[in-house]
Amino acid sequence: MNVVEAVDLRRTYKTTTGTIRRRSLEVEAVRGISFAIAEGELFGLLGPNGAGKTTTIKMLITLLIPTSGEARVLGHDVVEDARWVRERIGYVFGGDRGLYERLSAMDNLRYFAELYGVEPKGQRARIDELLELVGLKGREKERVEGYSRGMRQRLHIARGLLHDPPVVFLDEPTIGVDPVGARELRATIASLTASGKTVLLTTHYMFEADALCDRIAVIANGEIVAQGTPQELKAGVADGSVVEVEVFGVEERSVERLRQLAGVRAVTVEDQEQKQLLIVQTAPGLELTHAILSQLDGASVGRVSSREPTLEDAYVALVTAA
Amino acid sequence: MLRLLWVGWVMHMKMLTRSAFNFWLGIVYPLFFATAAFFMFQSGDDPKPLLYASLGAAVMGIWGATSTAAGAALARERWTGTLELLVTAPAHFALILLPVTIAMATIGIYSMISTLVWGRLVFGIELEVGDPLAFVLAVPATVVSIGALGFLLAVAFVRFRQAWALGNMLEYPVWLVSGFLVPLTLFPDWVRPISWALAPTWGISAIRGAALGGSPYGDIALALSLGAGYTLAGILLLERALRTARVKASLSLS
Repeated sequence: MNVVEAVDLRRTYKTTTGTIRRRSLEVEAVRGISFAIAEGELFGLLGPNGAGKTTTIKMLITLLIPTSGEARVLGHDVVEDARWVRERIGYVFGGDRGLYERLSAMDNLRYFAELYGVEPKGQRARIDELLELVGLKGREKERVEGYSRGMRQRLHIARGLLHDPPVVFLDEPTIGVDPVGARELRATIASLTASGKTVLLTTHYMFEADALCDRIAVIANGEIVAQGTPQELKAGVADGSVVEVEVFGVEERSVERLRQLAGVRAVTVEDQEQKQLLIVQTAPGLELTHAILSQLDGASVGRVSSREPTLEDAYVALVTAA
Repeated sequence: MLRLLWVGWVMHMKMLTRSAFNFWLGIVYPLFFATAAFFMFQSGDDPKPLLYASLGAAVMGIWGATSTAAGAALARERWTGTLELLVTAPAHFALILLPVTIAMATIGIYSMISTLVWGRLVFGIELEVGDPLAFVLAVPATVVSIGALGFLLAVAFVRFRQAWALGNMLEYPVWLVSGFLVPLTLFPDWVRPISWALAPTWGISAIRGAALGGSPYGDIALALSLGAGYTLAGILLLERALRTARVKASLSLS
């Protein structure tokens, strides 16, 4: 049974520009996406900033009404049966927002337990159980304003699970969290599907999607450009290879020339202090190292290496092609 | 339902009492108005005008806390992302919003007390209450009805991102046409219907009636009836406002 379904979902925002001469603009944030998530599945929505991940999740959790298309959670329409859906979903987002800073973690959880209709008799036990799950037991009486980013994020997860929802939406839950905290959060997220919940996770961290998700949809410019298991997505670029070149002072026109080179699938530039790392994905069976280096006129070249493609390379290839 | 209203009120009271901004807004700020009012009404030996001004300034504090702070509170909910979480909660949104504005009006009681104490200590104004029972009924009736008016405004705050400015804009006109300091008889006739439609008009009239002599019970009933009307109108408008906010994507800033 599909727990979450999106069918040709679209969302347009109207915005205005200018102060005196105001012009109305329409921005298409989501352009007809379709996917389905099975019961107990951890499904990842992977994409760069502004790709439409959060807009998609907000339509599914009843916060935004789609411009067109349909979305169902547990078989119920998210627009027509919004209250029914809200009783059965949990929503957690990343970052500092979404908590009452001047209240303690315990008061935050008590308030939301009330809002989510948790039985008064069982509230205390449920809150204790969740504090234990997210590792905040013993810190619950402290005000949230003194919490670290990681602690806030764990509190977010506890809040989202208060009413024991069968479906959980996690919108970039590890963003800005330190590596140790993020690892602990990922373990908590993994435990959700182990307890039978269906999870939709949005992230732009490849390794996170690779480690956690059963299936992934890659979204770019409001459209799904690929969908499958992490292995299937990697297989899409596995037949090629990746050439990495350390350069000092590479110009944008050189990078553009590389992109036009026959056999080059994608080029990304990572700034690393004083140098840049060029990551060039190439088609299979081609030796392009010499051709690549010949396009970098004027730039000092450092280490050059080649390697097998990773999920990140698959993602970059998909997103840059979109 | 009552439990949700109670817990919501307790939580918002906790948040408001821990805010330095609300402390200044609720306690110190009204003293400036009260002082100005006391100097305006300080003429002759008759203490009644001063008590009249003192009570008017005290209710101004309740209205000021509700109109300004309710707008600020809803704007803060939007900025901090909690507004979206409140909307996605299965509870009826009116039951979530109502305790917020009632908590604001309750904070206004602080300003009422501080204004009366200020008047007693600095200007020697004795609070002599003619009908203590009516006074005890009139104060909470005024608080609840002003909270209900705040709730109606809060519906606009939820729907429109910039509506918090409306709360600030309405602060002075409402206390002017509600007769907090200036008798309504001084205004042109066309202002009267506006005054009658505002619960604070009947609230201050009831409080003054209880303290200075008069028949406050009819005013208490009118203040509460208008409060009930505002609440009903707010509930009816809220569903439509929320749906429009979901279409226009105005619940968050991102």
